[in-house]
Order: sequence, then C-alpha cells, then structure tokens
Amino acid sequence: MNARIFRIRTPEGVVFSQVLAGPIVRSAAWLVDVTVVLILTVMLSWCLLLIQFVNADLAAALQIVLYFAISISYGMATEWAWKGQTLGKKLLRLRVMDAEGLKLHFHQIVIRNLLRFADVLPLAYAVGGLACTISPRYQRLGDLAANTIVVRLPQIAEPEFEKLAPPAFNSLRQHPHLAARLRQRVETTEAALAVNALLRRDDFDSSARVTLYQELADFFREKVAFPPEVTEGLSDEQYVRNVVDVLYRPRTEE
Amino acid sequence: MIIDLPRFLAAERPYWQELKTLLDRLETETQPKLSVAEVERFHFLYERTAAALARIAAHADPNTHRFLESLVARAYGEIHETRGTASRFSLRQWAFRTFPETFRHHFRAFLAALVVTFVGAAFGSTILMFDPEMKPLILPFSHLHGDPAERVKKEESQKPEHLEEGKSRFSAYLMTHNTRVAILALALGMTFGTGTLILLFYNGVILGAVAYDYVRAGQTEFLLAWLLPHGSIEIPAILIAGQAGLVLAGALIGRATREPLRQRLRQAGPDVVTLIAGVALLLVWAGLVEAFLSQYHAPVIPYPAKILFGLVELALLALYLGKSGRSPA
Repeated sequence: MNARIFRIRTPEGVVFSQVLAGPIVRSAAWLVDVTVVLILTVMLSWCLLLIQFVNADLAAALQIVLYFAISISYGMATEWAWKGQTLGKKLLRLRVMDAEGLKLHFHQIVIRNLLRFADVLPLAYAVGGLACTISPRYQRLGDLAANTIVVRLPQIAEPEFEKLAPPAFNSLRQHPHLAARLRQRVETTEAALAVNALLRRDDFDSSARVTLYQELADFFREKVAFPPEVTEGLSDEQYVRNVVDVLYRPRTEE
Repeated sequence: MIIDLPRFLAAERPYWQELKTLLDRLETETQPKLSVAEVERFHFLYERTAAALARIAAHADPNTHRFLESLVARAYGEIHETRGTASRFSLRQWAFRTFPETFRHHFRAFLAALVVTFVGAAFGSTILMFDPEMKPLILPFSHLHGDPAERVKKEESQKPEHLEEGKSRFSAYLMTHNTRVAILALALGMTFGTGTLILLFYNGVILGAVAYDYVRAGQTEFLLAWLLPHGSIEIPAILIAGQAGLVLAGALIGRATREPLRQRLRQAGPDVVTLIAGVALLLVWAGLVEAFLSQYHAPVIPYPAKILFGLVELALLALYLGKSGRSPA
C-alpha cells in the first residue's frame, strides 16, 4: 500500500508534507497503549491490596473508578503532555496533529479520545477501522470530529553536510566549457539523484553501491564526454563526486 | 536552477539551528512568552527556512528535506494558529460561567434531547399500559421485573445494615456506568445525531415504563423518593450529554450555514468538551447520592424528606444552569 501524503501549502506558497499513518500501524500503537493501560491497572490493584485489608468496599470502589479514569484519561493525558503522542505512538513514531497543520488544542484531544466510544462499536474498532480505511486522510470518527490526523514521524537526523565536501582536486574543471555543458544538460532531478546517492553512501551495501555509482557515472558520461586523460584512473564514485561538485559549485572556491 | 548546495547549506544552517532551538523552547514551556523582538526574529527564521525549503525542494537529499519540512511544519503551527489559547484555567470561572453559558447557548439542542426522552417515556408507558407482559423485554434490570408493591415491601422491611457492605463499590459502579452512557450519547452524535436520539429515546422508554409500572401499582411516593434524589441530577446530565451529541451532529449536518465542515466542527469542539465535562461532574454527584441516599427507604429516611431533597436539587440545578454567569441587566 502506498503511503498517503498530507500536504499543506502555507500562505507564503511553500508546500510541506507529512506521511499519514495507516490503520495497521495505528492499530499496533493502540495495542501497545492497551497493554500499558492493563499494566497500570494491575499495578494499581497491587497498590489497592493494602487498602483492601482495611476496607474491602472502598478498595473495590477505588479500583472501579481508577480503572475507568486511567482507561479514559490515558490517551488524553499523554497526548496533551507529549504533544500528540501516547507511549504506543512514541514507539511507532506516530503523532496526532491538527488536520490543517495548526497547533493541537486540548479540546481536540478530548474529543478524539471520547469518540473512541463510537469508533469501537460494535466491537474491536470496527466502525473506527472502517472509517479510517475509507477516509482519504485515514481518519477515524474521533479524528473527523476533532479535525485531527495521525502522521508518521520520520527519523530526522540533522543533515550530514560534510559528506558533500568538495574533492581536493577536480579534474573535470580542467575543461570549463565541458563543465558548463554538463551543467546545462543535467536536469535538477538528475543532479539531486546524484547528491542523494553520495549522501546516502553508507546506507548501501558495497555491491549495491558499486552498481549504483557505475550506473550514475555512465549516465553522466553520456551527457558530456570528457577527454580520457581527465577521467583516467577515476573510480565511478569519484567521477560522480566530481560531477556533483561541478553541478553544485559553479565557481571554484578560492 | 541548480544552486551551490554546500555553500547554501553552510550559510543557512545557523538559521535552521536557531529556529529549532526556539521551537523546542515554545513546545516545552507551558506558558511561553516571547518579547516583540523574539517574535519578529521567530517570524524571520520561519520565512527564511520556508524559503530554503522551497529552494532546495528538488536538490537536497531526503534527510535535509525532511529536516526542513519538520521545522517549517512546527513553525507553521505556531505562527498561523489564530484560535485563542486558553489562559490559565480557572475552575471557578469554568463552573460558574463557561459551562452554564455553553448550556444556554445550545439550549435548543437540550430541548430536543428532552423532547425525545419524553416521547420515549410516553412510548414506554404506553406499551406497558397495553401489554404488561412486555416488561421483561423493555426493562434491562432484573430487579425491576417483579411486582413493584412486593419490592417496596421488601425494601422497607430491610435493615439499613445490608446496604453498608457494598455502598462505595455500588457508587463507583454507578458513576462509571452513567459516565459511559453519557460519553456514548455524545459520541453517537457522529451518526448525524441518529444514535444519540435512539439512545435518549431508549432511556426515555425505560424511564417511562418504570414510572408507569410503579404508579399503576400505587407506589408513586416510593418511586419519587427512590428516583428524585439522584435522578434530578442524573437525568438532566444524560440530557446534557445528548445535547452535546446533538451539537456535534448539528456541526456535522451544517444546516443554514455556509461554513465548511471542518470549520463547523472546529467551532463546536470546545462547547462539546465543556458540556461533557460538566456532565461528568454532575454524574459524580448523582452516583454518590444514588449509593448513599437513594437506596435507603422509609422508615430509615422518610419519603417526603427524600422527595424534598430531590426537588431542591432540581431547582438548584435549574437555577444554576439558567442564571449562573449571566451579566446583570
């Protein structure tokens, strides 16, 4: 199943996107949360054992009220405290957010959690699951009423700019007119592909890396043919690095 | 246009870091306060980062792109939010102004819930009037299936000690059960109000059938003394929950308004939450009264005292919901 994307166009004309969380991953997060609520309830029962010796009726009453309070308020409290995340959502890297990208308000959290009572009907989240599957934004009834969506949070590490450091010597620059022709012929998307291949170098295993750089180098060689003495002895990876350097740094830095 | 990416990244990175730090602060602090200069700087950083995102959309690696998207998304939420953020929550303000005002603001929805419950009650009593054999089918509680006169006789002959055992547990059960029903009445508003109306109607049917059964058996005083102390709060609370469900349904249907669905739901949200929170508090009180007072019958507590208590509660509730928070004319 292709991931559905939620896009917002800001008044400044900039578009940013978030990947929507589908019913399966959301169910997994919900299972984690149910387990947490059960664990909390069991722990609570142990604590109430002491009271039970003094007043069994009071202990039973507390157990009923506290279980109810925990199961109702767990989602609300955690989503409010952790900006749209429960423990299950944290583990599965999901977050509840306003459907228009705005700040999540407390009443939205309350509504989406209270409307679980309709989503769970007739059993096992049948209504919520169906609504989630049909909805283009994977919204269950609670999300529709609260105007919220659940998005996936990608692993966001800070970009490793060092991987784009220019090579010490770029032989392709010995032929400025060919370098200029290369810049002219290469599309932005093709250039971005080469940059991504370099930045994600360590993500590939060695054989895939060799094949990828070979294909990229062949592709750029076809765009502009540099004289053999310039490219002689250059590995495919180094060739791609030199091409990226030429494309993205039109002027050599002094 | 292919930009000089390394130079661009090196130049912009400090601004992104600064924005990230500011966003972390805004999201961590409960009541963040920025000076005018900081707000201006925040806006500048947001616009600069948004511009950077637009410039490198086709160039940067997915990691950089996601990093910038995440920053812009977070800053967008902070900057473009126009709904008022609640200032420090005051329970007194909420209890004596917000809740009763919200109730009055949606009074027509409350009336609708009341009418449907009355219709249900009329239906329930009519069914029993024509076919008393239907009682076990209509009433879900087995202790109501027998003869009311026999039950009254049994209750009045019992010593109060028999109730002492499970009083707290019973009270807790009532509170949680009634709150569940109330939340369901609200949640079923998402069925365009149909589910809410059915639930209210069904509650009315039970109420009407029980009332008719006891009145027919000549046990009106017992009935009033049994139901009024907690029912004078519990029944209005369920009606208010139905009111909240109908407010939600009204936003969903959007009759006589041109506002889009999302806008309507956005506007109804705070009122729905206020109503259901009020319902929860009322039900806690009703649960306590039901367990600690309603189950005691004459001669332990005289019926007129219980009836009077219930009527006073009802009058105070009406006064509270009708008058509290009104500005003096």
